[in-house]
Amino acid sequence: MSTHTSKVDNSVSYLEYQGKHKGLKAWIFSTDHKRIGLLYLVTMLFFFSIGVTFGFLMRLELLTPGKTIIDPQTYNSFFTLHGIIMIFLFIIPGLPAVFGNFFLPIMIGAKDVSFPRINLLSWWLFLLGGILAIVSVIMPGGAVDTGWTFYVPYSVRTGTNVWPALLAAFILGFSSILTGLNFVTTVHRLRAPGMSWFRLPLFIWSLYSTAWIQVLATPIIGITLLMVFFERVFGFGVFDPALGGDPVLYQHLFWIYSHPAVYIMILPAMGVISEIIPVFSRRTIFGYKFIAFSSIAIAFFGSLVWAHHMFTAGMSSPAMFIFSLLTFIVAIPSAIKVFNWVSTLYKGSIQTDPPLLYALAFIFLFAIGGFTGLIQGALSVNMHIHDTSFIVAHFHYVMFGGTGFGIFAALHYWFPKMFGRKYNLKTAKVGFWTLFVGFNVLYFPMFIMGWLGMPRRYYDYLPEFHIYHSISTYGSWILITGLIIMFTNLYIGYKRGAVTTEENPWGGETLEWQTMTPPPIENFDVIPEVTGDPYGYKQNDENETVKVKEAL
Amino acid sequence: MSSTEHTAGVSHVHRDDEGARLGMWLFLFTELLLFGGLFLLYSVYRYLNQDAFHLAAKELNTLFGTFNTVILLTSSLTMALAIAAIQRGKKTLSVVLQLATLFMAFGFLVNKYIEWTAKIHHGIYPGSEILLDKSSGEILFFGLYYSMTGLHGLHVIIGMALIGYMTRLTVNGVINKDSFVKLESAGLYWHLVDLIWIFLFPLFYLIT
Repeated sequence: MSTHTSKVDNSVSYLEYQGKHKGLKAWIFSTDHKRIGLLYLVTMLFFFSIGVTFGFLMRLELLTPGKTIIDPQTYNSFFTLHGIIMIFLFIIPGLPAVFGNFFLPIMIGAKDVSFPRINLLSWWLFLLGGILAIVSVIMPGGAVDTGWTFYVPYSVRTGTNVWPALLAAFILGFSSILTGLNFVTTVHRLRAPGMSWFRLPLFIWSLYSTAWIQVLATPIIGITLLMVFFERVFGFGVFDPALGGDPVLYQHLFWIYSHPAVYIMILPAMGVISEIIPVFSRRTIFGYKFIAFSSIAIAFFGSLVWAHHMFTAGMSSPAMFIFSLLTFIVAIPSAIKVFNWVSTLYKGSIQTDPPLLYALAFIFLFAIGGFTGLIQGALSVNMHIHDTSFIVAHFHYVMFGGTGFGIFAALHYWFPKMFGRKYNLKTAKVGFWTLFVGFNVLYFPMFIMGWLGMPRRYYDYLPEFHIYHSISTYGSWILITGLIIMFTNLYIGYKRGAVTTEENPWGGETLEWQTMTPPPIENFDVIPEVTGDPYGYKQNDENETVKVKEAL
Repeated sequence: MSSTEHTAGVSHVHRDDEGARLGMWLFLFTELLLFGGLFLLYSVYRYLNQDAFHLAAKELNTLFGTFNTVILLTSSLTMALAIAAIQRGKKTLSVVLQLATLFMAFGFLVNKYIEWTAKIHHGIYPGSEILLDKSSGEILFFGLYYSMTGLHGLHVIIGMALIGYMTRLTVNGVINKDSFVKLESAGLYWHLVDLIWIFLFPLFYLIT
């Protein structure tokens, strides 16, 4: 059954494989899911660095009241571009497109995704959308200044380059849909023999749930942004109150996608954490089915809570009540995951390597972000903190503290497998702690000043907020230092780190650890036959523990 | 543990027609949702401006609309027959039927062109003075009319490109009796285009 019929040389790694193209072309025209994953990684990190730069400059501007380095219009553009780049070009594609592409087929025991060429197309679209977003900054007319939400009527009236940014978001959405479509089909069709649904690694479950949201929610924002685009070009009037249109309807349509998109961002990160925790505590995951189904539950309920972004925009009381209630309900599956992770750690043989540190930081930061989310879900409190920097702090804790740290965890976890090199563990830990401290110093003061009434997106502020703003800006410097240490360490590891061909450096039980390091072009010599659960740690087996210790 | 209950063995088969169909259906789903956003806008504004929508719909030519509906439905039939033909190995017949589909799709677009030109000639287009003098409900009606039929028209053009490419593949023999999932997928896409029109037609032409 597992006879090898293709003529591909499967003895070399995907990094050394020579196809019909050479050099750069061997990468940008490769349909190998692993190479596409790395293409995404490189482009995504490039956009991430731009997004970080915008964020850093914004923080610098807010160091003192009044003008510090940039004028208000530039500031408006900076927070818009920071949002667009970070959301559409870093957090959304971060885990599914990079690590999902690379590891989904390997973890289910497949040679590639179902539609390799569409996979490559999705990267090209991603690149095109990203370039368009960057070009909109330099084009005459001024960088887009609407905020990443493109709220009408301002987005129809402003003279800045809204249309390239809209088009960019549309194209990026299309790219995201293609990735989702590919993943759903791959998980349904290409599982290895014996890989039943409940033997899927939890990262796959989370990617699968994410893929469904990508497929179902993204078209809505596509058409909504397209309508704003047409509105600007032709003046259809569908969102223009002067012509009978309704701007609040725009907000509904926008959030029908953009709230589920929040779960597109966080779910894969939760999947990564579910992979890392059992490996570094040497225990079977606690509550496998609960974690698996909570991903589906989050995907489902997360699609029904969009209007909690609009509690002050004008809605009927019953609608507000229902959306508030549903918002609270989403917290349940998230909490289920956190409890299960903690239970897995309990009495485990914990190995505090960098991936686990990032995973633990994820749990801590995500808990803060999650709880403050509940605070905002309450209608009365929401009126008080709506559009304040409390919200900014909340979603940075969830998006950066959650998904961002999830991406870094994944990077540190799978790095040896992807590149066949080792990075310096000590430096990685130094980088982690700097990042963690910087993160909290940067974002925690925003909770306090938001609660005290500091509005978000404001260029200037009252003197009583000065202390919080300056602490926050100092935090940004620590955070950037942490990022530099982390990425430099990984880069040095990639260039000069010790070469390793060890298949399973961390002692993981999922399929990616049972193939060559780095993986060969078709992932496996023989398609594996799966016979057991994904996290079958024999933690009570004395020999097993010794073996694992020796391996480390 | 047994592995019989699982999708055993498909992972190393290079051609996976079932997977291709699944992917296509998912894609059609996203297309439905894309139009779904517009249908949502339509229902909200129709609910808010019922009289104006009835009034505005009188401007549209029901005869043209009906004619286009007939054309598109027939083209869906020829497309389905083209697939049935290739399944039975009748290559020439399949190519002829695909060309017939293309011809009808082109006819649909010509009609659409005549219709739009007439509207624009009468000064009814977004931002025109005649339209801006009308009530906001009518402005919205025509805003939606142009965006929805326009987006649909764009899909007709994409569908034509797709079918044209399939015709080439059929002539080349890439699509044949044993491998016709590509043609099937193109057919599914064409039926979707047809289906969306079936909803657009009553919503714009028949509500007078």
